[in-house]
Amino acid sequence: MKDGSDPSTNVSEAPENLRAGHVRERANWMRRRLLRMIVDAGQGHPGGDLSATDILATLYFDILRIDPATPQAPDRDRFVMSKGHCTGALYSALAGAGFFPEAELDTYLQPESRLNGHPNRTYLPGVETNTGPLGHGLPVAVGIAVAAQIDGADHHVFALTGDGELQEGSMWEAAMFAGHRGLGNLTVIVDRNRLQQGAGTENTNALEPLADKWRAFGWRVEGVDGHDHAALLAAFDAARTPRETPLCLIADTHKGQGVSFMRDQAGWHHGVPNAEQYAQAIRELEEEMDR
Amino acid sequence: MSAAVPATGLFDCRDAYVRAVEELAAADPRIVAVVNDSVGSSKLGKFRDRFPERLVNVGIAEQNMVGVGAGLANGGKIPFVSGASCFLTARAMEQIKADCAYSFANVKLCGISSGVAYGELGATHHSIEDIAWLRAIDRLAVIVPSDPWETAAAIKAAAAHDGPVYVRISRMPVPELARARTRFAIGKGETLREGGDIAIVANGTLVHRALAAAGALAAEGVAARVVNMASIAPLDTELLAEAAKTGAIVTAEEGLARGGLGGAVAEWCAEHAPVRMRLLGFPGFLPTGSAAWLMDRFGLSADGIATAARELLGLRAG
Repeated sequence: MKDGSDPSTNVSEAPENLRAGHVRERANWMRRRLLRMIVDAGQGHPGGDLSATDILATLYFDILRIDPATPQAPDRDRFVMSKGHCTGALYSALAGAGFFPEAELDTYLQPESRLNGHPNRTYLPGVETNTGPLGHGLPVAVGIAVAAQIDGADHHVFALTGDGELQEGSMWEAAMFAGHRGLGNLTVIVDRNRLQQGAGTENTNALEPLADKWRAFGWRVEGVDGHDHAALLAAFDAARTPRETPLCLIADTHKGQGVSFMRDQAGWHHGVPNAEQYAQAIRELEEEMDR
Repeated sequence: MSAAVPATGLFDCRDAYVRAVEELAAADPRIVAVVNDSVGSSKLGKFRDRFPERLVNVGIAEQNMVGVGAGLANGGKIPFVSGASCFLTARAMEQIKADCAYSFANVKLCGISSGVAYGELGATHHSIEDIAWLRAIDRLAVIVPSDPWETAAAIKAAAAHDGPVYVRISRMPVPELARARTRFAIGKGETLREGGDIAIVANGTLVHRALAAAGALAAEGVAARVVNMASIAPLDTELLAEAAKTGAIVTAEEGLARGGLGGAVAEWCAEHAPVRMRLLGFPGFLPTGSAAWLMDRFGLSADGIATAARELLGLRAG
C-alpha cells in the first residue's frame, strides 16, 4: 500500500494497536480532507462521507490487497462503493492509497475533473464500477464474486452499502442470489447510520429486523462498531476466513461522525459548512488526533 | 452484392445464436451465459450441459442479472446476458445505462424473442420500444440481425468488440438471405439490392420483406435499393448518404418507428440529406393478434412496404 506512511513499516504484520493507530490517523486525515473538498466545491454529502470514513480507511489503508501501480490486476481484492454518492470519502481514500495524486482532490466537482459527483471507472483508476443510483453496487459485487467462484480465485470482494439503500429491490435480488450461490468470497458492509436523506430509516420504510432479513437470505451476519478501527480490522480479518456463505457486517455508525454539530443530523446529508463551522470541524478533528 | 433470393426453409435465429455462443465458449473460457430462468426460451440447454459452471442463472431477477453481468465482466469474463428482450431492456434499463454503458463494461446483452414474437401475449411481452430506449444510451452498440448467418456473425462480432453491445434476436421464422457472406462489422450495414428510384432501409425480420417488396416494385419498373441496417448504433451513415441519393427512403422495422430505426434514419437525413420519407413500424400498444397477423395488420409486409414506396413516389398501385 502506498498511503504516505513509512514504507519500511509493514503495517499488515504490525501489532494490532499499531495497525489501528495507523488507520485512525488516516481516517482523521480523510475527514479533514473531505470537508475541505466539500467546502471548496460548495456541495457534497458530508453526513454519509463521515459515516463511512472509518470503514473505508480500514479497507484502503490496511485490509485491501490492491496495488495502485496495477489497478486492473486480475487477482486484486475488489471494493465496490454501492453508496456511490459518498465520493468525499471514496476519493480521499483512493488518493491517500496512491491511485491518483492527492493534489487532484482540489479539483473535486470542478469542470472536466475526474472527480465527478459519483465515481466513474473510466475516469479514475481504482473505481470498479460506476455507482450513484442506489441499488447497483451489490449486484455488480455479486457478479465479481461469481466470476472468482467460477475461477477458484482467492481474492475477496467487499461492498459498502448505505442502509437506506436497502430499500431498493435490486439489493435483495442480489442478496438472494449471493446466498443461493454460497459466495464465501463476498463481504457486504452495511453503513447502518439509521438516517436516509430525509429522515430516519425506521420512520421512512423500516429495515429492522435487518440482521434477520440477511440471515433469511442465506447470509452470515455480524455486527461491528463502524467507528472502532480495531474492531473493524478484526472483523475484516475474520471475513477472509474460508466460509461457504456470504458475510454481512452491519456496521453501527453515525452520520457526520467526528464533527459534533453534524453527528446524527439528517440535515447534513447534503450541506456545506460555513467558514465558522468548517473551522470548528477542523479544530475538533485536530483535537481528536491529539488525544 | 448478389441479388438476394430467399433460400428454402425458415429459421429461428435463436438456434444460430446458441450455436455461435457455444462455439465461442468452446474456444474461449471467458465466455459465460447469464440468464433469468430463461434457459429454455434462450435455447441454452445444450450450453448448460456442455459448460455447466459457465451458465449463471440468477432466477427471475433482471436488474440483478444485468448487474451480475457487469460484475462478471469486471472479473474478466465475457458475459452473454440473455433474456426475453421485453424484460431485459425495460426492467433493467438503469443497469444497462449505469453498470454496462456508463461503466463501459464488456457485457453482451441478448434480447431474445424481440419485437412482437410473443404476439397474442400482448404489449407487456412485446419488445417494440427497446431500440428507441437503447439507442439513447451512449457507448452501447445496438445490433438487429436479419437472418441466421447474420445473427451468428453479430454474436461473434459482439464477443470480439471491447464494450457493451445489445443484439436483438428474433424467434420469428425468417429465411436465410442469399447474399455475399463477407464479414459483419458493428457500425456497418449492407446494400443488398441496388436501385436508384427509392431506398428501403430495413433490419431484422423486415429485411426479407423489403427484398420481396423491391422485387414487386421492379416488376412495375421501379428500381428500389434495399439497405440492411443491422447496426443502428453506430449507424452506417455512409450507406445512408448513398441511399438518400435516390431522393426517397422508406424505413421498415419490427418495432416502434418513433425513436427506432426510422427515427435514427430520419434524424440523420433531416440534418444531412433531407429526402421524402415514410417510416414503417408499429404505432404503439397493439391489439390482440398473432405475430404474423400484427405484422400484416400494420403494414410490415412485402405488400405494405411496396404500397408505402408507391405512395411516396406518387405512383398508383401496380
